[in-house]
Amino acid sequence: MARVTLEHVTVPLRSFELDVSLAIGATVALVGPSGAGKSTVLNAIAGLVRPSGGVIRCGEETWFDQDVFLPPERRSVGLVFQDYALFPHLTVRGNVEYARRHAADEYLERFGIAHLANARPAALSGGERQRVALARALARDPAILLLDEPLAALDAHTRVEVRTELQQLLAGLEIPTLLVTHDFEDAAALAQEIGVIVDGRLRQTGTAADLVARPADPFVASFTGANLLRGTPTGSPGSIRLEDGTLITAAEEVGEATTLAVYPWDITISTHPPDDSALNVVAGTITAITELGNRARVTIGPVSAEITAESLRRLGLETGGRAYAAFKATGTRVVA
Amino acid sequence: MRNRFGGGLFVLLAAVALVFLVLPIVGIFFHTTPGRVIGQLSNPVVVDAFVVTLKTSLVAQALILLFGTPTAYLLATRRFTGRSVAVTLVELPLVLPPAVAGIGLLAALGRNGLLGSSLHFLGVTLPFTQAAVTIAVAYVASPLYIRQAIAAFEAVDPRLPAASRTLGAGPVRTFFRVMLPIARGGLIAGLALSFARGIGEFGATIMFAGSLQHVTQTLSLAIYYEFNQSFDATLAMSGVLVIISALLLLTLRIALSWHESPSNTSPSLFGLSSST
Repeated sequence: MARVTLEHVTVPLRSFELDVSLAIGATVALVGPSGAGKSTVLNAIAGLVRPSGGVIRCGEETWFDQDVFLPPERRSVGLVFQDYALFPHLTVRGNVEYARRHAADEYLERFGIAHLANARPAALSGGERQRVALARALARDPAILLLDEPLAALDAHTRVEVRTELQQLLAGLEIPTLLVTHDFEDAAALAQEIGVIVDGRLRQTGTAADLVARPADPFVASFTGANLLRGTPTGSPGSIRLEDGTLITAAEEVGEATTLAVYPWDITISTHPPDDSALNVVAGTITAITELGNRARVTIGPVSAEITAESLRRLGLETGGRAYAAFKATGTRVVA
Repeated sequence: MRNRFGGGLFVLLAAVALVFLVLPIVGIFFHTTPGRVIGQLSNPVVVDAFVVTLKTSLVAQALILLFGTPTAYLLATRRFTGRSVAVTLVELPLVLPPAVAGIGLLAALGRNGLLGSSLHFLGVTLPFTQAAVTIAVAYVASPLYIRQAIAAFEAVDPRLPAASRTLGAGPVRTFFRVMLPIARGGLIAGLALSFARGIGEFGATIMFAGSLQHVTQTLSLAIYYEFNQSFDATLAMSGVLVIISALLLLTLRIALSWHESPSNTSPSLFGLSSST
């Protein structure tokens, strides 16, 4: 399968210029805050936005460079829009046939929407709409699949279900895929490679595990879900001191750095000071408890820990109560 | 008590307003016996006026569709310098007094007008012909269609034509298969408004085309000229126009209720680089 490559593709945006180089072979996710230029990258690949410079290639074919600008209809892309952009005046079959005049039924079958063939998009659920949008986008046998915030239009309930469905679909697809999301978890679940984009620049690319293990900067760290501990140098190479005087020991040289990252799942919570002196301990009042299914997020001072709902009850934790968050030195990463 | 009094007053005022609006139409149909009015439908003045109105209106509306639709599409979907000036120019005939429009058409296309002498050289004389009626109608009625059509095209989610392009359809196919069907309701509503304005045209027509029976005398003009000769003929023609207007109003309401409700639009995408 042909790779789609972007070399210094630049697009002037409102407050900054997008400048991205990227090679898409397997499934790649672009993650970043809204307004970072993620969707613009998709639109540039699809030909809906004309970059001011750079080169876009699909295998041997040039889609964009200084002298070439192929219109969208001549690029082999399947773009699934955020909110799906199904044609409201056509049935499900009509939507798929729009892209493929023959054997549309085969696609309806493949995506499990044959029974909806004569329904209008307005009558479909979010998950069904996504399947129609995917069937439509893939009906042209595109060289690359582009997904713009594929899960953003769904409510929390259907989201997980549709994500699983999408995961299976992408695993079976033989074409490069670029998806855009503001949710790191979605990106980690769906893509083999993740690029973190902020203000039009790629800050870091790698597998989800790479990004978590070695976040390149505080933004990437907090984006991947880490707590950021900001402090001042202590003079000793392996630790920093937080504002409240707590000493945090890192497993690596801190040097001049003052920011450490620690992930919520590396933190344990207790109601009594832990007696293991090898642990970093942040003591304080619980400022927030958020329960999500069978997990709970407990915030004490600068850190949030993820624990099971069962531990939450067993420990009898409550907002306003005093508690201790503990984590090993090896649970910290130096980010800045 | 006070509330009930206030409510009663409102109902009373509304009733007066409704009666006021409907009364003239009732008057047209009940002033004389229906038999006498129907008899007038074979009066050659009435028949001629009906044929002239129908012919000129149909040709004018066809021209408005042909030129107005692409104009509205470009104004709705492209962003260019001078766009708001163009939109204002399109709306100009709407606020122009019809008599002024008529004089303007004469001054532009009349024998001694701006383009008139060149037209005359080519053997074309427009004033006081049926073509002049058509032009006058098209001039005063087109803004109603174009305005509505701009709104209809602007209401189409810009991601839909974008989706069409990525699915392999060029701009032409995208226009006919996506934009036109989705904007359809608004376009038909605009055409109904334009049609209604066109059949009522008086001022510009009389200035530019005159009122020659069988040639340029439309129903609206004939009503004015027959007023002193035969009130029955006037009533018959008025009745015909009331029925046509009612049908147009019905078309308008149905067309607007059809309006597929596209999701909220963001004026970005095509050609413009703004979204996330």
